[in-house]
Amino acid sequence: MTTTSPRVTAARAHPAPRLRPASRSTRNRNRAAYTLVLPFFVVFTAMLVVPLGYAAYLSLFKSQLIGGQVFAGLDNYVRALTDPAFLGGVGRMAVFLTVQVPVMLGLALFLALALDSGRARGAKALRLLYFMPYAVPGVVATLMWGYLYGPDFGPIAQAFGALDLTAPDLLSGRTILFSMMNIVTWEFVGYNMIIMYAALRSIPGELYEAAEIDGASQLRIAWSIKIPAIRPAILLTVIFSVIGTFQLFNEPSLLDSIAPNAISNGFTPNWYAYNIAFVNQDVNYAAAIAFLLGLVIAVVSYVVQLRGQSAQRKGS
Amino acid sequence: MYHPSRATAGALAGASMIALLAAGCSAGGGEAPAAAQDAVTQEQIDEALSTPTELTFWTWVPDIDKEIALFEEQYPEIDVTVENVGQGLEHYQKVRTALQSGEGAPDVVQIEYQYLSSFTLTDSLLDLAPYGAADLSGEYVDWAWNQVADGESVWAIPQDTGAMGNLYRKDILDAAGVTEPPATYEEYAEAAKKVKDETGSYISNLASNDPAQVVGLLWQAGVKPFGYDGDKTVTIDVNSPEAKEVLAYWQQLIQDDLVSTDADFNDAYYQGIVSDKYAGWLTAAWAPIFLQGTAADTSGKWAAAPLPQWEEGEQVSGNWGGSSDAVLSSTENPIAAYELAKWINNDPSSTTMFANEQFLFPAAKNVLESPEFTGQEVEFFGGQKVNELFAEISGTVDTEFPWLPFTEYAYSSFNEIVGTAIGEKGDLGAALDAWQEDLVTYAESQGFTVQQ
Repeated sequence: MTTTSPRVTAARAHPAPRLRPASRSTRNRNRAAYTLVLPFFVVFTAMLVVPLGYAAYLSLFKSQLIGGQVFAGLDNYVRALTDPAFLGGVGRMAVFLTVQVPVMLGLALFLALALDSGRARGAKALRLLYFMPYAVPGVVATLMWGYLYGPDFGPIAQAFGALDLTAPDLLSGRTILFSMMNIVTWEFVGYNMIIMYAALRSIPGELYEAAEIDGASQLRIAWSIKIPAIRPAILLTVIFSVIGTFQLFNEPSLLDSIAPNAISNGFTPNWYAYNIAFVNQDVNYAAAIAFLLGLVIAVVSYVVQLRGQSAQRKGS
Repeated sequence: MYHPSRATAGALAGASMIALLAAGCSAGGGEAPAAAQDAVTQEQIDEALSTPTELTFWTWVPDIDKEIALFEEQYPEIDVTVENVGQGLEHYQKVRTALQSGEGAPDVVQIEYQYLSSFTLTDSLLDLAPYGAADLSGEYVDWAWNQVADGESVWAIPQDTGAMGNLYRKDILDAAGVTEPPATYEEYAEAAKKVKDETGSYISNLASNDPAQVVGLLWQAGVKPFGYDGDKTVTIDVNSPEAKEVLAYWQQLIQDDLVSTDADFNDAYYQGIVSDKYAGWLTAAWAPIFLQGTAADTSGKWAAAPLPQWEEGEQVSGNWGGSSDAVLSSTENPIAAYELAKWINNDPSSTTMFANEQFLFPAAKNVLESPEFTGQEVEFFGGQKVNELFAEISGTVDTEFPWLPFTEYAYSSFNEIVGTAIGEKGDLGAALDAWQEDLVTYAESQGFTVQQ
């Protein structure tokens, strides 16, 4: 805490010369603004910046159970880049990203357009219904799906059994990634739909009137007016999804107890970092993994944003 | 904060670990003896127990407040705060975090036997021998005592144990024509086939996520996969011919689909128990009570027997689970903390309560030998005297079974390699080789000298 206050005071002092000619009321207003922002910066520094700095510092060391901690430079990063478990986890998330995110966002967009078209009856109730899974905590959702997938007593397996069919093993090493995609899709479709739906509601009605006069069908309106108009919202959901995907943790952590052989320690990068820190007791390597993961997320999000913006420029 | 222990410990670096730890503890609190080797006198103990003191105790034993209340009644000056910070790995993570941060660590802490050496490695435990623990050696079953004692040092007081036996569904085995519990593993395999053919049930489950069960079975077979000299040298020998022989036996049963490999301790597993999927379980002394909780509907259908034996006429068992209570070397009240750890695991009023109310299977002989405990006829097991049986089995557990000072890693690595092979009905011998290699690599990367 003490380290943060000088920086904040400096920030407060900095604009003062420029503002000297300003009236007393402007100065007062600025002071009030900084005072209001101060608590945020104190917490932000103490809870985010300082731990991040500490983790960065830790990631440069190597500690052994025998021999203690020694400076290691970038060794941990080099190790991570050649660690098949970490790379495997990142690769798995890339697959997840390319398969699950388009499916989920496509579905969300479809639902949002359907609700917005005004043709669906009971749109309010439906909207709430679609959104409901998001209100279920991720931990609970995973536990619930874990039960549904259960090979012996889960309802899916029982339904197959009743039809004299062999149920697919939804918790095997080969299928679990897709089972996980299903859980995440179920959970976040409604959330993404709400973002898109809110954007759709803000499109000015004149555009629709003009389109109707031109004789455009509902489909054409959706394709040529609605989707381009809400592109920023869609981009936002893509970026959220990218970040969410690389940070998957609850799902592997909970499915591990019902499908221990399918979920390896490095199933997702976040789960891997956790295992390294708390099972292997190698906090330094875990910190390096976490930083690399952060870097991957930053790069992928940036690429998505750049592509989204250039597409937008082209479109308009 | 004044930390004399650091300076003392630093000055003694290079001295033997015992001396080092003892120095750490002697400086830990004003009331401790000046020289560690000197035993604490009765006067010092009396003084410590009549001085107002606050102790913190981290444990996950349910309702342990009852025992603590008895302790506080006897020593009104001592105020004990019990905190449950989670069970198993979660608990140890928090203990290690508190130790590392140098603040907030408890005085007394529950530790399972297999994790003790990972705490002595970091000099985190107080050697209890100078406080009088060495005198307790005769009061616990030998093998449990060997788990907490190391040469002259005593690192914890045994709380409960998990000597292994065979719990089976008498009704299912009877239906398959197996009227006597299999005495040898050969008979067990034959019985497994009959049970599967006649009833469709598995005679047991070898969990694909439970290293402790497999290690308990290795323990029974006299395999010593691990070792640690208390300093820098570890012994890793998980792929010895004897270990491979044990796993080859199970591999055959698994590949013949006579033993299931489901992950244990989850809902599907509990349902499997209730729905007759399993006709038995090679498990531990805590399981009879555990089953009564999870499979109440099957009451009266169960029976208990010793584990099958590798050699006919032998009587040996292994251990799966159980805990001890240790005192952290960071405590400021070592005498009172030790007296608490000792009292709840030694005073008959407490040990009896543990056994009869919390159903911890006792390590203390004063309970194991009491007719009140062994004489109980358990309805769930058709009136069988299960405690008596397990008390006998407890006397047959192989007395020496050392651990690695990094059991968390060893177990996690087991799940990745051997557990996966069990679940996929793979080659368990090759899995043991891979596990060996992984453990050796890890140990060397952590600076240990490895003996294979």
